Amino acid sequence: MPARPRPTSPHAGIYRWQIGNTLSILHRVTGAALALGLIALSYWLASLADGADSYSSAARFFTGPIGLIVLLGWTFAFLFHLLNGIRHLFWDAGRGFERTQRRLSGWAAVFGAIALTLCVAAWVWARLP
Amino acid sequence: MALIPLTLWFSISLLTLPGLDYETVLTWLSVPISGFLAVLLVAVLTYHSYLGTQVIVEDYVTSSGMKVLSLMVLRFLYVLAGGAGIFAILRVVFGFSRL
Repeated sequence: MPARPRPTSPHAGIYRWQIGNTLSILHRVTGAALALGLIALSYWLASLADGADSYSSAARFFTGPIGLIVLLGWTFAFLFHLLNGIRHLFWDAGRGFERTQRRLSGWAAVFGAIALTLCVAAWVWARLP
Repeated sequence: MALIPLTLWFSISLLTLPGLDYETVLTWLSVPISGFLAVLLVAVLTYHSYLGTQVIVEDYVTSSGMKVLSLMVLRFLYVLAGGAGIFAILRVVFGFSRL
């Protein structure tokens, strides 16, 4: 053992929460949620191929209280993952790494996703039969 | 990056359909271009989601035996889900669904 403890890499327990790491975690969480959404998408498509009866029972689930809440969650997860993914594409191109740019684009992804989720919800609400 | 146009096409199409009842959605999806794009969407989405979930498993499943096992199960589940989705679209496009 060295006489003095060597510096260690940032550890979850002592890491200060900030926009960068929070959105990184949120990107992963929304991605995992959307993976479950993919199963739901396949189920919905299979019910469509299977006929009117299967489709209406799938539709009953998605338009029920639990279904609507889950769909709203997936809408936000998708929109955030999309906007934050675009952020990652800019980073891949070597752009947007300045501190102010990073923070600004991060908040833009969060508020953009919230705003667009509300737009989608309002759109669907207004077009309900 | 193909997922940006594909997911936007899919979302906007569904949101602008006159309704999401069986007949409307079936008619929309049986148009060849919709079916083609939907197959591409499910295929690329499945691949993208598989890559992401694989990294999550690699990060959090620590023991090497469990890691290999869970990656195998994961791959199996993704082939199943993606295959089922694509097969369903093809059934609709080629008109094998029970009308």
